[in-house]
Amino acid sequence: MQLSVNSRLPETLPATLGDLRRGDAAILERIDLPGEDARRLMELGFLPGTRITAGMSAPGGDPRVFQVDGSEIALRRETARGLKVRRVRTRPKHP
Amino acid sequence: MSECGSCPGCGPTAVIPFPLDATAPKAVAVIGPPNSGKTTLFNRLTGLRQKVANFPGVTVEQHTGVAELPDGRLLQLIDLPGVYSLSPRSEDEQVAYDVLTGQREDTAKPEAILLVLDSTNLARHLMLAAPILALGLPTLIILNMADDLRSRGGKLDPEALAAELGAPVALVSARQGEGLDQVYDFLSGAMLKPAPRQLPVLQDVPKCREWAGRMGSEASYRAPIPPAWTRRLDRLFLHPVAGPLIFLAVVLLVFQAIFSYVQPLMDGVKWLFEVSGNWVATALPPTLARSLLIDGVWKGVGSVIVFLPQVLLLFLFIGILEDSGYLARAALIADRTMARVGLQGKSFIPLLSAYACAVPAILATRTIENKRDRIATILIAPFMTCSARFPVYTLVIAAFLPNTPILGHFVSSRTLAMIGLYALGFLVAVITARVLKSSILKSGRTPFLLEMPAYRWPTFQSLGLRLLDRSKVFLRRAGTVILLVTVLLWCAAHVPFQNGHPPAIANSLAGTLGRTIEPAIKPLGFNWKIGIGLITSFAARETIIATMGAIYGMDHPDEGSLDLQKAIHQDLTPGGAVALLIFFAFAMQCISTIAVVRRETGGWKWPLFQFTYMSILAYSGAFIAAHLIR
Repeated sequence: MQLSVNSRLPETLPATLGDLRRGDAAILERIDLPGEDARRLMELGFLPGTRITAGMSAPGGDPRVFQVDGSEIALRRETARGLKVRRVRTRPKHP
Repeated sequence: MSECGSCPGCGPTAVIPFPLDATAPKAVAVIGPPNSGKTTLFNRLTGLRQKVANFPGVTVEQHTGVAELPDGRLLQLIDLPGVYSLSPRSEDEQVAYDVLTGQREDTAKPEAILLVLDSTNLARHLMLAAPILALGLPTLIILNMADDLRSRGGKLDPEALAAELGAPVALVSARQGEGLDQVYDFLSGAMLKPAPRQLPVLQDVPKCREWAGRMGSEASYRAPIPPAWTRRLDRLFLHPVAGPLIFLAVVLLVFQAIFSYVQPLMDGVKWLFEVSGNWVATALPPTLARSLLIDGVWKGVGSVIVFLPQVLLLFLFIGILEDSGYLARAALIADRTMARVGLQGKSFIPLLSAYACAVPAILATRTIENKRDRIATILIAPFMTCSARFPVYTLVIAAFLPNTPILGHFVSSRTLAMIGLYALGFLVAVITARVLKSSILKSGRTPFLLEMPAYRWPTFQSLGLRLLDRSKVFLRRAGTVILLVTVLLWCAAHVPFQNGHPPAIANSLAGTLGRTIEPAIKPLGFNWKIGIGLITSFAARETIIATMGAIYGMDHPDEGSLDLQKAIHQDLTPGGAVALLIFFAFAMQCISTIAVVRRETGGWKWPLFQFTYMSILAYSGAFIAAHLIR
């Protein structure tokens, strides 16, 4: 896991995972959820420092699928709002 | 957690290979995270030699099977529930932990472990290796889905990984049967305890993940590119407009298939029973015993077995949807709707299974972590139209509604009536859920986490094993509960003897019982014959067909195969027919469901509540229908 911050990424706006739209990418900063819920999310790959990409969603935009650590996990917006992220400018994926 | 390291017996140098025949273990546990292909591997290794039961005292299913080694020796495999970690928080994790540490008296402590991980998602799945290796049992780490890894451009060095982990590693594709010889080599060869390694602190998830990532890079793991087909299919199946339409089309196709396309098969089974029944009848002397065999057992049980093709087709569809990965997308699409009634997308999967049978559905609710959501799902599951209801629906609809095409060949009037009944059950379930979740089962929202597996072709083996399993359950029911009720009914219909002969059905014990409850059911438009059927249907819904088959068989002994539809038509008014359908839609007529609800909720409180509530609803619904429709 890359915990170091890439200083070449200029746009680092504070946001939550719930603000991301399809195709947006962000780095997870912290999880503001009760301990048990946070632990479950971490076991699924939502660890601070991890890059998360927003994917498809159910009709209406909620819940949304997030690509994280090689898996695709769907979260409701109310849960996604508890995950504080730093947006990164979307770069072409997979060199 | 590396106490093992301090024990001198565990060191790699201390392991002495045992003579070959003494080393094969008696029991081996199979464990892995959900979606790792663990069950596919288990099916590969055990084939038909497996059985499903429940771990006593908990709601976790216990799959055990026998694997035959190449040299002919047999060993027991225990398929543990899919878990992400071994910290015992959920019931599944607790069971897995207890079995692996030998703390369950009902299960032999496994002597070795097959840890199944998805090689296309290695770093995250390897997190589970830390607590498993810390147990100190001989462990083979199986990196499954090797074919996917390859085709998507990923790679790794299993030997380097084995050296890092201190345990053997096999790159396998359980679906293709590739690399299984390494698994057999491990099972039949000398098994080494894992060599002591520095393992991360198991409670620290970030540390575990970091460790797993390091292990992966030591093995020069290159992650595969995301599955292109999965992304492509998701763009279609999760499309804002096309997605829900496809969802509806899938549901419609399933229903049309199980109500129309399967008819020739069912006619075939029916024909077999008629021909064999007539053949047996002519071969035996006309005694009471022949009557019991033909009118009781043959007609009764036969009229239920006719529905086997339909039940199997339904399970085939559910199996395809689940194994292909579409079911998770359906749960995603359904989540918002489910949230509106206070439930969640995960309730959708048990509720969809409840269309086949409420018993496995209620078992499937254990994936819902929130206890109140889980009880609410259990309480509404029996409203979903289970496969035991549709024989009854099919019979009554076919007796009263001519089959006319409505939307070309795709949707006919009978299909539409059937969908209407399914929708009715669903609607009542939704209303009930809403009432429960805003009153006695009110709870805070829990996070909804749903992993989207990659789309895969379902395998014939996995589908075949599912169908075999379901046929056994269905036939066992027909052979036990339904047979018993049919024989009891036959006896009740043949006593008391009048002048040394069995009485007419109306004067028999069964007839007396039917007439005793007639005043109570007359307002619903049912006569005493339907009453007898209703009494027996509380054992299992479809028994009413066996009962009616037996009653009419006895009532018209000359007509060898009186059409049940015509007979029902004579005994019910259209209003009564609708009332009967509504009664069956709402009533909780199933001993197995009551038993499983009692077990899952840990007492009689919820099953009694459910039975009372559903009975009141059934009676009043039928009453209203009988008075509205004349």
